Amino acid sequence: MTETVVRADGTPETPGTRHPARPRRTSGTGRPAWSLLVLLIAALVATPVVAVVVEAVTSTSLALPRGLGSMVVTTVALMVGVGLGTLVVGGGLAWLVTAYRFPLRDMLVWLLVLPLAMPAYILGFVFLSTFDISGPVQTGLRSVFGPDVWTPDVRSLPGAIIVMSLTLYPYVYLLARAALVEQAPGTYDAARTLGASRARAFWKVLLPLARPSLAAGLALVMMEVLTDFATVQYFGVQTVSVGVYLVWHGLFNFHAATQLSALVLLFAVAVLAGERLMRGRARYHQKGGRGRGLEPYRLTGWRGWGATLLCVLALGAGFVVPVARLLVWAVGDAVADPGSLLDPRFLEYLVNSTVVAAIAALVCVLLALTMGHALRLGGGRVVRTASQLTTFGYAVPGAVVGIGVLIAFAALDSALRKMGVPGGTGLLVTGSVLGILYAYVVRFLAPAYQAVDASFAKISPTMTLSAMSLGASPRRILARVHLPLVRPGVAVALVLVMIDAVKELPIVLLLRPFGFTTVSVWVYELASENFWRQAALPALVIVAVATVPVFFLFRQVRLVDPHRKVG
Amino acid sequence: MNPALTPVTGATTPALVLDDVTKTYGGTVAASSLDLTAAPGELVTLIGPSGCGKSTTLRLVAGLERPDAGTIRIAGDVVAGGRTWQPPERRRVGLVFQDHALFPHLTVAQNVAFGLDKMPRRERTARVGEVLELVRLGHLASRYPHELSGGEQQRVALARALAPRPAVVLLDEPFSSLDENLRAQVRADTVAVLRETGTTAMLVTHDQTEALSIGDRVVVMRDGVIEQADTPEKVFEAPATRFVASFMGDADFLPAHVRDALLTCEIGVVSTVPGWANCDVDVDVVLRPHEVALTLDPESKAHVVAVEYHGAFVLHTVQLASGRTLRSWQPHGVRHPVGTAVAVSVVPGITPTLLVGDEAVTQPPPPR
Amino acid sequence: MRRTSLVAAALALSAAVSGCGVLGIGEEPADLQVYSARHYDLEEAFADFTDETGITVDFLYGDDAELLQRLKAEGAETPADVYMTVDAGNLWKAAQDDELAPLKSAELDGAVPADLRDPQGRWYGLALRARTVAYNPDAVDPSEFDTKDTYADLADPKWKGRLCMRDETEAYTQSLVASLIDLYGREKTLGIVEGWVANDVEIMSNDILLLEALDSGACDVALVNHYYYARELTENPDLNVKLFWASQDGAGTHANISGAGVVESSDNPKQAQQLLEWLATDGQSAFVDGNHEYPVNPDVEPEQLIKGFGEFKRMPIDAEAYGDLNAEATDLLAEAGYQ
Repeated sequence: MTETVVRADGTPETPGTRHPARPRRTSGTGRPAWSLLVLLIAALVATPVVAVVVEAVTSTSLALPRGLGSMVVTTVALMVGVGLGTLVVGGGLAWLVTAYRFPLRDMLVWLLVLPLAMPAYILGFVFLSTFDISGPVQTGLRSVFGPDVWTPDVRSLPGAIIVMSLTLYPYVYLLARAALVEQAPGTYDAARTLGASRARAFWKVLLPLARPSLAAGLALVMMEVLTDFATVQYFGVQTVSVGVYLVWHGLFNFHAATQLSALVLLFAVAVLAGERLMRGRARYHQKGGRGRGLEPYRLTGWRGWGATLLCVLALGAGFVVPVARLLVWAVGDAVADPGSLLDPRFLEYLVNSTVVAAIAALVCVLLALTMGHALRLGGGRVVRTASQLTTFGYAVPGAVVGIGVLIAFAALDSALRKMGVPGGTGLLVTGSVLGILYAYVVRFLAPAYQAVDASFAKISPTMTLSAMSLGASPRRILARVHLPLVRPGVAVALVLVMIDAVKELPIVLLLRPFGFTTVSVWVYELASENFWRQAALPALVIVAVATVPVFFLFRQVRLVDPHRKVG
Repeated sequence: MNPALTPVTGATTPALVLDDVTKTYGGTVAASSLDLTAAPGELVTLIGPSGCGKSTTLRLVAGLERPDAGTIRIAGDVVAGGRTWQPPERRRVGLVFQDHALFPHLTVAQNVAFGLDKMPRRERTARVGEVLELVRLGHLASRYPHELSGGEQQRVALARALAPRPAVVLLDEPFSSLDENLRAQVRADTVAVLRETGTTAMLVTHDQTEALSIGDRVVVMRDGVIEQADTPEKVFEAPATRFVASFMGDADFLPAHVRDALLTCEIGVVSTVPGWANCDVDVDVVLRPHEVALTLDPESKAHVVAVEYHGAFVLHTVQLASGRTLRSWQPHGVRHPVGTAVAVSVVPGITPTLLVGDEAVTQPPPPR
Repeated sequence: MRRTSLVAAALALSAAVSGCGVLGIGEEPADLQVYSARHYDLEEAFADFTDETGITVDFLYGDDAELLQRLKAEGAETPADVYMTVDAGNLWKAAQDDELAPLKSAELDGAVPADLRDPQGRWYGLALRARTVAYNPDAVDPSEFDTKDTYADLADPKWKGRLCMRDETEAYTQSLVASLIDLYGREKTLGIVEGWVANDVEIMSNDILLLEALDSGACDVALVNHYYYARELTENPDLNVKLFWASQDGAGTHANISGAGVVESSDNPKQAQQLLEWLATDGQSAFVDGNHEYPVNPDVEPEQLIKGFGEFKRMPIDAEAYGDLNAEATDLLAEAGYQ
């Protein structure tokens, strides 16, 4: 029998079982070593961000670009639009593949994550070149219906919302799906036996239970939207991030750029606060073990194929069509210049991309695990705050994080010089991949932590307490209790960071040492000069590289089939 | 059940001692100057209304909270106090939770073996078998928790807590997630296992019957304070406070008067109060329904206002002339319809509890 | 995922970090290191330079404003000897921030026209590009263009619904508008840009899209860099687009440069200067031809294809002014509602 206990602090479900005023954890019982570790991680991750903020604050002049007000409004509109879009698409698809059986479902379950593998800077261009005024779609329409045929304005806010929703929905999908698989079964059954219809059980039970995961997914989406520059620029949507770019590159005013970045950071604070709010004061955790799993309902006939079609449509728009277009270009390019396929540097770039992304993913997951674990051991408010601080890096545009890393190390160097330490850190940052890795961790710890934390949230605290009382040391609890139980979250975290890191461009561009080129830099080199056809092949390589972890890890975690038992 | 164990002195080390333990959260006092001792093998039940501090007490003992002041000793070792603070894993405390908190990714045997990792393998296997037999679950050793019933899960949780031979086992509402039918059986089994192994246990509950029926000693708490810690009989028959009287079983209170060792109230003479010879004081008398007798008396100003059928007994609520009500248990066959005029008296041989203010008194209060 | 695998992961991690050889780090550094926002054909040009001089050159490609920031952060430790950008504004900014060393080189001064280099010799233009009008000959007769103030004339209502241009975040747009501010003053330029906006200018996010839009008839007129036109032409000789040299009877066609300077804290300034000198003279063709750009050196012939576009009068470049005016142009574009 599994049963999910939903408790809202202060409103115990059984009289006399809970204290109204009992806080989750108080200081004093935490493990100093683990708490210290979290504080260290937070300090490490916060440093570059703080460096940027300090730079922004200490600047004497305040140079804000014209139209800042409308940039703020546009940013909010974009965030809300994409938030709703991803919620509907991601949440809906997660429900569909979990609650129903239909043709090709087992394959679609993991295929639906693939749009994540598509970098926004590639997708934006592919979409515009396909659907904008000079693209084949509108050209075709004009040739059929004459030059005055009405066509929607693709390069617009709605256009950007649609494209971003189609690429970013997997964040919500992944976390919602994990939540549904991990915790739904018992509660859902309970609701159904209480006479609730499937739909009612979904709205009243599953949705509230999945809320922390949905909130976490949405927070990731919002932060991606906040820091995106490429897509919004393609679509002519002036967000605050575009403002950062404008003042930096157009006004040559780096200080003003840091000031605007601080504004982006404020948005991030709002997003994270919103996430907390959405999680509510309620705590969710699963009691007992994995259940039978949500017994999927078989959809037959046109309903089944209808469900398949829905998934295929989402997948097609966010992945298949752009990949197809890239393929057409790549083949065209290969035909025109067969030599380009055999460039020996392909392999080197590929190795660079994957190795750095893999290391970054591992480091991020280890840090996220450390934080989640330390919190569970009873770190108290300071540790909790510290671990939340680490997620801010995700809301800072990559180029700004990169600059933050540079500033931080420059400051460290001059401090070392003042203290009379010879040598300093030298070119530790830009002389090796350490700078890139560091910036990756700053930026991508958030998705890792969100995913791991969402899994931790589903472990009942009594589980940890039981383990403690059985004499298990914190390390043993991590290895034997927490790690096995948060494995789905760990897998999701690895996938998210890997994919993000493989796609990441501005950080690599800025911090890479001489001779270090990744596939994304290679794409950018070509794309910035508008060699789109030549860029198609490396772009496909990125997509392929980002696809591998999705496939591999989905097999590993067996998110595909909750019925298979772990252990 | 078991005869009450007298508090241990000198010869044996108490299994658990709380000495002046205080814990506050922000401005809220969750535990205030708690003093409590449990002898080896004793089963202490902690009871009180929601927010009384019983769970906090348990968490303090387990090491899940750190006291602001005071000392906690387990089997003679200071585990919290002054600068000393032992984390839960060093305390030799077993925990059983309401939600059982079994590790879902481990089998029953692995769950039970979890606390035995420092034991040699052979010994460990033997111990796991032993405790599983104790809870009669040997045949389910290789199952996973989700394949067990609620009662079985509860027994695994107990076995897991007992396996490392803890000095104290703490049970946090261990039966409240079980359904009514199952609960009595599981409770009996659990107590039997605790007795059989001579385990010292502290059990938090909100069920009065449970607290009275299984505890060697019952600790009644309210607002972070221990109101009374005594044998079940004492707690029920000689409650220390008005709160204990009303919380542990049904009780009605009537204003009364003692003059020259004679206790009188609205229903007449209640009893004599030995030792209260030369006094003349107002008190409240505590009357429990089983102490109140009814006789038909058309002349009486008191009459029945409610009748509740409870099977073996019938609960009558009687309104007195003053408007106050008393409750009375009548045997199965007796049922006075609502409106019946009845004379109310107290069953002979009763020494009712007297209250001055909210405190029970056994000595006459000093004259004002 | 037991502890053993965690340990294994940690080991793999440290191995990967220390084994940077795999990642192409730790190789012998080249004699000269170039931070470049320009990528195209650099490899070939630098290889030629090494062949001729024996000096090896490595370059790190990146975004110019960001590379400048990296240069500043690295300070005296920077490995960079040369900073190369794709527009005059960033060179001006780098010089402003004292990141570039003044050079004294008769060779450079002789090869690069005075308005394409810093008066103090801190940077030199090396390649020239024109941003001019391209049109679909089926929709536009070149006589429709104003030959004196071509850019300004595009604000005329007769172009309503026929214009396509780049977005406001693009340096090309900004520097063109900056040059117009330099030419006409802020107020008049604001009127011009507002005129473009009033003409429902279709904004696109790259020049290739603009050319494709012209070719397909979706736009009649667009502002493009000449070399994108040249490139599209080589890929598609049937491209139904023609180039028109703007403002030939007026101030001339807007042009910008790609250029470079020697980094102040370079530990090899002599060879760095030598590289610049070579790029401005013997290396000009190798540097500019691949990307269909015009050489800055008047003694060097442009490549055949763009030579066929004909001679044109170029609006003088005032990097000093563009550096400042670029900021104003960005502001003006926002004010005019150009986005």
